Amino acid sequence: MARTMAEKVWEEHVVRRADGEPDLLYIDLHLVHEVTSPQAFEGLRLAGRRVRRPDLTIATEDHNVPTENILGPIADKVSRTQIETLRKNASDFGVRLFPMGDLDQGIVHVVGPQLGLTQPGMTVVCGDSHTSTHGAFGALAFGIGTSQVEHVLATQTLPMAPFKTMAVTVDGSLPPGVTAKDIILAVIAEIGTGGGQGHVIEYRGQAIRELSMEARMTICNMSIEAGARAGMIAPDETTFDYVKGRPHAPEGAEWDAAVEHWKSLRTDEGAVFDKEVVLDADRLSPFVTWGTNPGQGAPLDSAVPDPADFDDPAERAAAEKALAYMDLAAGTPLRDVRVDTVFLGSCTNGRIEDLRAAAEIIKGRKVADGVRMLVVPGSMRVKEQANAEGLGEVFTAAGAEWREAGCSMCLGMNPDQLQPGERSASTSNRNFEGRQGKGGRTHLVSPLVAAATAVRGTLSSPADL
Amino acid sequence: MEKFTVHSGSAVPLRYSNVDTDQIIPAVYLKRVARTGFEDGLFAAWRANDPEFVLNKPEFAGGSVLIAGTDFGTGSSREHAVWALQDYGFKAVLAPRFGDIFRGNALKGGLLAVVLPYEVIERLWEAVEADPATEVTVDLQEREVRAAGVVQPFELDDYTRWRLMEGLDDIALTLRHTDDIDAFEKRRHTWLPVTQ
Repeated sequence: MARTMAEKVWEEHVVRRADGEPDLLYIDLHLVHEVTSPQAFEGLRLAGRRVRRPDLTIATEDHNVPTENILGPIADKVSRTQIETLRKNASDFGVRLFPMGDLDQGIVHVVGPQLGLTQPGMTVVCGDSHTSTHGAFGALAFGIGTSQVEHVLATQTLPMAPFKTMAVTVDGSLPPGVTAKDIILAVIAEIGTGGGQGHVIEYRGQAIRELSMEARMTICNMSIEAGARAGMIAPDETTFDYVKGRPHAPEGAEWDAAVEHWKSLRTDEGAVFDKEVVLDADRLSPFVTWGTNPGQGAPLDSAVPDPADFDDPAERAAAEKALAYMDLAAGTPLRDVRVDTVFLGSCTNGRIEDLRAAAEIIKGRKVADGVRMLVVPGSMRVKEQANAEGLGEVFTAAGAEWREAGCSMCLGMNPDQLQPGERSASTSNRNFEGRQGKGGRTHLVSPLVAAATAVRGTLSSPADL
Repeated sequence: MEKFTVHSGSAVPLRYSNVDTDQIIPAVYLKRVARTGFEDGLFAAWRANDPEFVLNKPEFAGGSVLIAGTDFGTGSSREHAVWALQDYGFKAVLAPRFGDIFRGNALKGGLLAVVLPYEVIERLWEAVEADPATEVTVDLQEREVRAAGVVQPFELDDYTRWRLMEGLDDIALTLRHTDDIDAFEKRRHTWLPVTQ
């Protein structure tokens, strides 16, 4: 029977199948960070259990870390304790850790791929919902809770409920100035934040095939924002070229065997998806959010919608609540929305291509008066590469702050936060109330829109410059 | 884990859709390394800033069943959202649809997340708002919610129901199959990466 890629990868990882029980799946790679792991390690200690496969586990410090003055102790005592707890747990249980200051430190979803630890056909988990990022390689990658983190540490497996499959096909080619971020924001606006619930999404079509690996990661990263369990893209030459030669990639005959296997993972001709959505890339334009969930987005060319225009009463109520929180009036052209802060970074858009794209726009220009721009590389390796290419100088010359690696302003648990009432254009993934700091207002944008917005001070695309 | 069979208690009507886990507990509360004491973080921003927020109304104090709108618990995988609800005193959450990770976390930890049709949620909201003392019963044995004349069956797979009713720890259940895991590890592809 014809099968989808997700079904093939799942089948390959079934350790045990029994009637009336969830399949027990083997986990090939477990990524760990400081926030969702302390209670899991403590659970192991209390039960006298060990980490079954420290050699399939890797830890980094990302959510809590400051992105400046990283050599001193963390000022926030609670954050410092959480980082120190991870260091002790990693040492006690034999898990390799990239601490602040290490050249391999960075956001967990940037670190795995750049080391070549993320490969096609693998199962990848992490106590973080944006684990879906790794699906860009054709891996089956899930965000999990702390109980499951403990379960994977103890057994290297997870009992998993069955999933449904969904195809999101993006036909055509992206027009200039339109990016992977615009695709995924348009997809989420189309299907809603619950549209992918219970499903693994496979992104397909010409526009997806034409994307670079890093752009594919941006797409898969935000699958969770559509409510999906995971997002995947079939591995192809773009994938193989990206993985080849990385520190943990297979070599020689092993490489050849791996590639042959990876090619077999593609969804079979005639396989049936439970749900299908089709988008036309040729008709996409830069997309931004106006509300407080990632599904509340619209083309930058349009205006803040009127809640009265929503037929569904729950959606209407949500739009009213969102506009009140965002302090936006219906009908306001999105291009008139003025921001205080621009954040370029995160596991969605903190990779070298994102920085290059933004730098190209900002080069020789200045960040607008009264606007603060934070540029935060996704990892220290990304920072090193960016500096080698002179991008750091471009950002600082424009008046932006060029920081160290971390989750930074994507979420309010480190010093990089919005003040109450402040508004941002942010390349991150969530515009939830208070996400970037208590009372902060977030507009999700692509790196290109972020750069143009920094220059003009209002939501803008490079075409406006 | 505490066993769950039948729970009866008063309820809290949360008439919002799309309540993400950042609203259930903001990130700033996630810095702690302990497993308990998260009740102060529950809906912290709404409790602090909105006197009309349902948990600020004395008539809904002590509720143990949360009746929420569509897409409750979307977003971040933080299990702290489940812990905060439990630490505050909730035993069950009823909603038309949940974020997958949230629901998985809830059912792992013994917080019963029950999917009910929107019309039923609407009826329960009306009943509980009319009389905050309305008792809501969540019966896992019978897979049924009962309140104010509503008798509504719900779906939950047999395995999860059994695990919750017995209060069983998933890890101990899996460790019974260590032989299967050992055998699987012998047939993994040789090119798969190791981290050390």
